[in-house]
Amino acid sequence: MPHTENVLLHTSRISKQFGGLSALSDVSLHIQRGEIYGLIGPNGAGKTTLFNVLTGLYQPSAGEFQFNGTHYQAGKPHVLAQAGIARTFQNIRLFANLTALENVMIGRHVRTRAGVFGALLHNRATRNEERAITERSRELLRYVGIEKPAQILAKHLSYGEQRRLEIARALATDPLLLALDEPAAGMNATETESLKTLVQTIRDHGITVLLIEHDVKLIMGLCDRVAVLDYGKKIAEGVPEEVRKDPAVIAAYLGQETPSSSPQGGGRGVPGGSAATLTHGGGDD
Amino acid sequence: MKSFEFILNKRNSRLTFWLMLAALLLLPFATDALFGRGWVRIVDFAMLYIMLALGLNIVVGYAGLLDLGYIAFFAVGAYCYALTGSPHLAHAFPLLFPDGVHLSFWIVMPLAALLAGGFGALLGAPTLRLRGDYLAIVTLGFGEITRIFLNNLNAPVNLTNGPQGISRIDPINVAGISLNTTQEIFSITFPSVHLYFYLFLAFTALVIFVSQRLEKSRIGRAWMAIREDEIAASAMGINTRNLKLLAFAMGAMFGGASGALFAGFQGFVSPESFSLMESIMVLCMVVLGGMGNIAGVILGGVLLALLPEVLRHSVVPLQQVLFGKTLVDPESLRMLLFGGALILMMLYRPAGLLPSRVRRRELDGDETTAEASVYDATH
Repeated sequence: MPHTENVLLHTSRISKQFGGLSALSDVSLHIQRGEIYGLIGPNGAGKTTLFNVLTGLYQPSAGEFQFNGTHYQAGKPHVLAQAGIARTFQNIRLFANLTALENVMIGRHVRTRAGVFGALLHNRATRNEERAITERSRELLRYVGIEKPAQILAKHLSYGEQRRLEIARALATDPLLLALDEPAAGMNATETESLKTLVQTIRDHGITVLLIEHDVKLIMGLCDRVAVLDYGKKIAEGVPEEVRKDPAVIAAYLGQETPSSSPQGGGRGVPGGSAATLTHGGGDD
Repeated sequence: MKSFEFILNKRNSRLTFWLMLAALLLLPFATDALFGRGWVRIVDFAMLYIMLALGLNIVVGYAGLLDLGYIAFFAVGAYCYALTGSPHLAHAFPLLFPDGVHLSFWIVMPLAALLAGGFGALLGAPTLRLRGDYLAIVTLGFGEITRIFLNNLNAPVNLTNGPQGISRIDPINVAGISLNTTQEIFSITFPSVHLYFYLFLAFTALVIFVSQRLEKSRIGRAWMAIREDEIAASAMGINTRNLKLLAFAMGAMFGGASGALFAGFQGFVSPESFSLMESIMVLCMVVLGGMGNIAGVILGGVLLALLPEVLRHSVVPLQQVLFGKTLVDPESLRMLLFGGALILMMLYRPAGLLPSRVRRRELDGDETTAEASVYDATH
């Protein structure tokens, strides 16, 4: 365990069950300030579930996490956004009928204060705040490289632009941790490359990044540290080079039988069939 | 009733504004001269409906929460005024209020709005987790419960006088002038319905102003975020619970205020004015006009408030001339036309007659759409 003040997010033994299915069991990991932390794993490994727990959408069945020095057993999304966790969604969830600029302006909500009376009186403080919101939002659109379509409805943007807009909207909440859920999904090689540059720039500006990705190559080239989830368990964690060579990880991705001496396995094999998947979930915790 | 055009025109000049204002100020006199005094009264009622529709627009159009019991807040406002501005409470509490309660309009008005706002939050609280159909059913139930309460709260203590309703409500008094009297100002005669028109006009202007300010504010954007995607909104740090309650309460306040005006204008309230049909009518004004667009909602309010009256005054005489007797009663014809109009609307203009800004971009070929398609073509 590294120095605590360097740890931005620390999860301890988080579990999440859906009925009899255990989507996450005892996942403990820590993310340090300023790093790009990757979370990989095959389909259904529990990556997005963990994400949803950390951003308050799901209440964990057990366990808790500590973010920026505060403990959360079960958070509410807006509280965690206030605390500094911002996210994007695997299936893009923009405010489709609002313009790109308005989408980002909504991201500023949590860092601004004007209420009903401010809106009605439209006093100097409110006007200044509105101006600041607009300026900052335009700045963020420029930052992610989509300043031109500011007045276009979010749903009319191209796929890659929508992904970038989601990032801009998340950045508008002034996050400490930016959590990206499969940002490169559906992107071509060029788009992925420029996304990579963007994520690096964001990190260079001091924002810690948590990245879920399917694309192992992208993760390996981008992340400082990586955790691998499989069937809701963390099966490996470390720098990309180590993780890549880990037999349990190779087994998880290639679907081989692992030797019973695998780090977490306790004799479990990685099943190739879906029937085994279900029995595994129920009986292991 | 052209006020929507003035709002629609974004680059309204000072001149258009004054022209519109002059037209609106002359409207009761013009209506009186052209159609008769009864129509001024109808226009007054249309103004009340506009206020209601704008209030519901906050809930449905901005925050995207379907409310089928909105008329309950109108009822709360109306009964609030009826109880605090009539001799009625003397029956229930003869010792406490020997003459009933007769509070000033300027006290009752905010009271009615706040009370209705409270009821709005009360309705909002248990429905926070509901969406769409489920929310519609609960709000529908709330509206009916309110009406049934008003119908039955004549025992054990006679609070609402049951189905008979409350009568002899004090007329609205503004600056010492009772609006139920004819006034002579600068040797121009202002009948009572004209005076009420100006009062309602002022309140409608206030409601429009509040709606516009809210729409373009941080609060309004948060409501629209909730409407578009509640999960994404909460992930962006929007406290969806508080903002949904606020939307219910703000919408209800408009309803309550216009309810108080209704009670003072009518001089009589009874539960039958607050039926489910009225809730649906107001919702239709919002949907028909264009959800989320103030000008559209006003247009919807005007059309749907005037339609039954136009039918009533045209269908019966027409049938008398054609057939010598009345074959179709205007009320059933109203429902027929109304249903047909809604079906046609949903088929051909699903976003309403005057769609909100963003939807208009998609439907019409204005410059923003052109800009969007150029943008699409170059990317």
